[in-house]
Amino acid sequence: MGEKAPGWKEIPIGGVIVHPGNSFEYNTGDWRSERPVLDKEKCINCLQCWIFCPDGAVLVEDEKMAGYDYEHCKGCGICAHVCPVNAIEMIPEDDISGVSIDEFGIKEPPPEI
Amino acid sequence: MSKMHALTGNEAAAYAMKQIDPDVVPAYPITPQTELMQTFAQYVADGAVQTEMILVESEHSAMSAGVGASAAGARVMIATSANGLALMWEIVYITASSRLPIVMAVVNRALSGPINIHCDHSDSMGCRDAGWIQIYSENCQEVYDNMVQALRISEHKDVLLPVMSTHDGFIISHTVERVDALKDEEVKKFVGEYKSLYPLLDVSKPVTYGPLDLQDYYFEHKKQQAEAMKIAKRVILEVGEEYGKLSGRSYGLFDEYQTEDAEYIIIALGSTAGTAKAAVDDMRAMGKKVGVIKLRVFRPFPAPELVQALSNAKAVAVLDRSEGFSGIGGPLFQEVRSALYRKADMPVSGYVYGLGGRDITPEMIAGVFGDLKEGRIHEDEAFHLGVRE
Ligand code: SF4
Ligand code: SF4
Repeated sequence: MGEKAPGWKEIPIGGVIVHPGNSFEYNTGDWRSERPVLDKEKCINCLQCWIFCPDGAVLVEDEKMAGYDYEHCKGCGICAHVCPVNAIEMIPEDDISGVSIDEFGIKEPPPEI
Repeated sequence: MSKMHALTGNEAAAYAMKQIDPDVVPAYPITPQTELMQTFAQYVADGAVQTEMILVESEHSAMSAGVGASAAGARVMIATSANGLALMWEIVYITASSRLPIVMAVVNRALSGPINIHCDHSDSMGCRDAGWIQIYSENCQEVYDNMVQALRISEHKDVLLPVMSTHDGFIISHTVERVDALKDEEVKKFVGEYKSLYPLLDVSKPVTYGPLDLQDYYFEHKKQQAEAMKIAKRVILEVGEEYGKLSGRSYGLFDEYQTEDAEYIIIALGSTAGTAKAAVDDMRAMGKKVGVIKLRVFRPFPAPELVQALSNAKAVAVLDRSEGFSGIGGPLFQEVRSALYRKADMPVSGYVYGLGGRDITPEMIAGVFGDLKEGRIHEDEAFHLGVRE
């Protein structure tokens, strides 16, 4: 949910999408709570993950597994589940970002109250 | 210029639809609306309109067909009552949030259960938060006039919200009255041609209707709807004035009857306003300073305008033809009292009456005025007027 997202006066009414194919511009990657991480050593390039990924977020180059489109990967874990050699590990985003739940919440009361 | 007709409320609505000649009308029967669509179906069968009439298998389908046709770019009109409206529910919200300017005649009937086919406002009041403009008619003439105006309001480029134009089941829907109708060409010119903002069938400009709308945009779309509803108030007044120039009958947000010097005022919707006016006439003849405000537009709610209109009254009674079950009063009572909060210091008394078609008489209205004068104010809990102990 980007802070630069347009305001209510700037978007078409009724939730209508007027630019066809704009789903690519819509980053679903921030829905993710766990991130698939590939171990290239283990990967045998069978491309099962590419076939099963519901979001087209597995990147393939020269018929080889080439990593992830993290802007769109929702972190469903299907790729990790289907990988026959356990080359994909799902890692909590919190571990990667280092942000802890303790960082949320009110630290001091608003001065005017 | 115009022509006088003897029409029931349902026929008056159907006659307006005939003159408008909408592109698509999906229909499913339900009492007391059935006669309306039956009358319109006859126009279709006679070739009096070009309308594509779609006979569907339920009201959910009727409203869905309406949404599809409207998104495609068609002018759509529809009608229902009570449980039919309830079955449409899901799509009623989708119509408004997709900003599709569909006009629906709602012939007010009590929602089951227990099953009852007679008038109250539980059906349209139930979906007062659905994002539709709501206009209530007092008599057959208003049914006709409001149907014609509803289309203009709904399709206005700054509004683009669907409109429910309601009339009381049986009391108005099946009562024959004199209706002064415009000429066909006058109506055609008044409503003009509908040009959809995003027609789905314009393949040169492809669009998507009804996509997923999550935490990041849904709220902005709701804000747009809320703003359009605010603008609708201005448009309703403009259209009401223009219609007045054309027909000699102009319309506002509400109708004030003998309120100028009135000490006690009753606010009501629909046909009951007519009963209340008759009571006021009798009481005025006895020298009583009483008046009636007939609220025409419930959504958007004309709060500051009502406050202004009530400013000289000593006390106000609000008559609700639906329960609401809040424990403190019906939906109209709550809106009126909220409107007055910190704006005017006067007692507001709530009455729930007429459920399931229970009659309301001029004597009962006089009794309400009597309560106001004697200081019997029902402000913490609505008084159920006309129920047996
Ligand atoms: S976690 Fe799900 S969305 Fe992400 S790459 Fe794997 S299969 Fe695709
Ligand atoms: S399923 Fe596993 S082994 Fe096959 S390509 Fe994907 S990561 Fe590599």
